[in-house]
Amino acid sequence: MLIPGSPSDAARPGMTDSTATPAARIQRGAVRDRLFRNATVLSGATVFGLVLGILTALAVGASLALQKFGAGFLTSTEWNPVTEQFGAAAPIYGTLVTSVIAMLIGIPVSFGVALFITEVAPTWLKRPIGTAVELLAAVPSIIYGMWGLFVFAPWFAEHLQPWMQEHLGSLPWAGALFQGPPMGIGMFTAGLILAIMVVPFITAVMRDVFTVVPTELRESAYGLGATTWEVVRHVILPYTRVGVIGGVMLGLGRALGETMAVTFVIGNAQQISTSLFMPGNTISSTLANEFNEAVGDTYTSSLLGLGLILFMITFIVLAFARLMLGRIGGRV
Amino acid sequence: MNLYQRRRLTNLLSLSLSALATGIALLFLFWILWTLLRNGLPYLEMSTFTQSTPPPGSQGGLANAIVGSLILTGGGILIGAPIGILAGTYLSEFGRNSRLATLLRFVNDVLLSAPSIVIGVFVYELLVRTMGHFSAYAGAVALALIVIPIVVRTSEDMLRLVSDTMRESAAALGAPQWKVITHIVYRAARPGILTGILLALARISGETAPLLFTALNNQFWSSSLGQPIANLPVVIFQFAMSPYEDWQHLAWAGALIITFSILILNIVARSFLRTRRARH
Repeated sequence: MLIPGSPSDAARPGMTDSTATPAARIQRGAVRDRLFRNATVLSGATVFGLVLGILTALAVGASLALQKFGAGFLTSTEWNPVTEQFGAAAPIYGTLVTSVIAMLIGIPVSFGVALFITEVAPTWLKRPIGTAVELLAAVPSIIYGMWGLFVFAPWFAEHLQPWMQEHLGSLPWAGALFQGPPMGIGMFTAGLILAIMVVPFITAVMRDVFTVVPTELRESAYGLGATTWEVVRHVILPYTRVGVIGGVMLGLGRALGETMAVTFVIGNAQQISTSLFMPGNTISSTLANEFNEAVGDTYTSSLLGLGLILFMITFIVLAFARLMLGRIGGRV
Repeated sequence: MNLYQRRRLTNLLSLSLSALATGIALLFLFWILWTLLRNGLPYLEMSTFTQSTPPPGSQGGLANAIVGSLILTGGGILIGAPIGILAGTYLSEFGRNSRLATLLRFVNDVLLSAPSIVIGVFVYELLVRTMGHFSAYAGAVALALIVIPIVVRTSEDMLRLVSDTMRESAAALGAPQWKVITHIVYRAARPGILTGILLALARISGETAPLLFTALNNQFWSSSLGQPIANLPVVIFQFAMSPYEDWQHLAWAGALIITFSILILNIVARSFLRTRRARH
C-alpha cells in the first residue's frame, strides 16, 4: 500500500457534512467535479499553448529575415551586423560539429558507465556511483563553462593539445582537423565539455533499458557459459538496441541546445574553420552573446531565425528519440 | 592462446574499459567540485551574504543576487508547479491512454527538451518586448516554463503509482471524483510529487540562459518585481567574464554557493523518495 493511514482517515474532512441534503450534496459534488476536471484540462491546454506559442513567436519573429534572405539564410556564412547581411551556416555548423564530438566521446563513456553500474559493480557500490554520475547532470551548465574556461582549457592547451597535434595532425585527411594554434578554447573543447554533460543523461536511459532485459534471457546465456561481456554484446545490446538509440538521441538533444557551457569555451567567432581547435560559434552561444545587443529589425529577426532552427532541430531529434523509446515499451 | 583464454581476455578487457569509463566520469565530477572549493572557498565570507554586488575594485558580496535568485526560483515554482501538477493529474486521472493524452505527453516532452535559451527568447518576445523592459516577472515566467514539463512528468508518474483499488474504495464510499483525487490520490502520491518539485527547483536554480533576456541583472537591491533583478547565475556569468579580479573571486564564491545548494537539494530529494519507496 502506498498510503499512510487508512483511506477513510484520509477522506474524513468534508465527508461528514450533515447540513446539506444528500441530493444537494451530490449536485454540489458534480459541480466541483466539473470545475476540477476543467482546471486539469486547462493546465494541459496550457502546455499545448506554450509549445504552439514558442513556435509561433519564433516563426513570426523570424519571418522578416527569412523573407529577406530566403533559403540563403541557411547556406550563407556571412554574419555582418554592419551591412545587415546574415547567414546561419556558421552557427549551424558549430552546433552540429560540437554535438557530434560530444556524441563520439559521450556514447562510449556512457555505455561503459551503464555497463559498470548494471553488470560489473558490486551491489554496495552501485548506488553511490549511480548517484555520483547523476550529480554530474545536476551541476549547472554555467559551472561547466567557468571550469572549462579557467581550468580545463589551459590544462588542455598545455598537455593534451600539443600531443594531439603531433600525433593526429599528421594523419592524411583527418589531420587538418587537429591543426592550428593550441589555444585551449575552440570547438573541440566545447564538444569535450558537452560530452561530459551528456554522459549522465545517456547513462540514465541505458541503465533503465538494460534492466528491462528479462532475467531468463540473461541467465540462459550465462547458463550456456557466456562471459559477462558476451551476455552484454549478444543478449542485452540486441534486446535494448532501440532504447539505447533513444537514449543517445535524448543526449544529442541536450548537446544541441546547451548554451552557457559552450558560450564560455567556444571562442565566439562567426566562422567555419577546418580545424576543430579554432574558435567557432553555435546557435545557442550566438543567441546568448548577441540577442541583448542586437539593434535593428533584421538583426533581431535573424537571431530569432536561429532560435527557430534550433527549436526545429531539437524537435526532430526528440521525436526520433521518443519513437525509439516508445518501441522498447514503457516510459523511460 | 586458445579460444577460452581469448574469451576470458576479451571479457576482462571490456569490463576494465567500462570501469575506466566510470572512473573518468567520476574524475570530472571531483575535478569540477575541487575547482569550486579551491577557487570559491577562500572568498566565501560573511560579507558575501550581507553586502550587495560591488562596483569593480571595492568590497562587496552577493546578497542582492542571492535574494533575487530566491525570488525568481520561488516565483517560477509558484507559477509552474500548480499548472504542472494539474496537467499531470489530467494525464493520470482523466486522459489516461486516450489519444489526446498521448499527444499531450509528447508535447510535454517537446517542452521538456526545448533548449532553455529558446525559452528565454520566447519569454523576451512575449513579456519583455510587450512591457518594454526587463523584469523579475519575466524571469519567473521563463523559469516556470522549465518547471512545468518536469512537474507534469513526475506528477503523472507518481499519481499512476497509486493503485486504482484505492480510488475505487473512495468512490464506493460516495466521494465525488475531485474529492477522491485531492484527498486520496494526492495524499498517497505526495512525497513523489514533492520530489518532482524539488528536482525542478534544483534544475532552475542554476539556469542562466533563460534569465539573460528576461530578468537581466541589477547592481543594487531591487524592491520591485517589475524591474530587472539581480540573480546569482547572471551575476556569476558577468563577473566571471569580467577582467576585474575581485569580481572573478565573487563569481567563484557564487558558483560554490549555487552548486553545493543544488547538489544538496538533489541528494535530499533523492533520499526522500528512496526512503518512502523502501518503506512501502
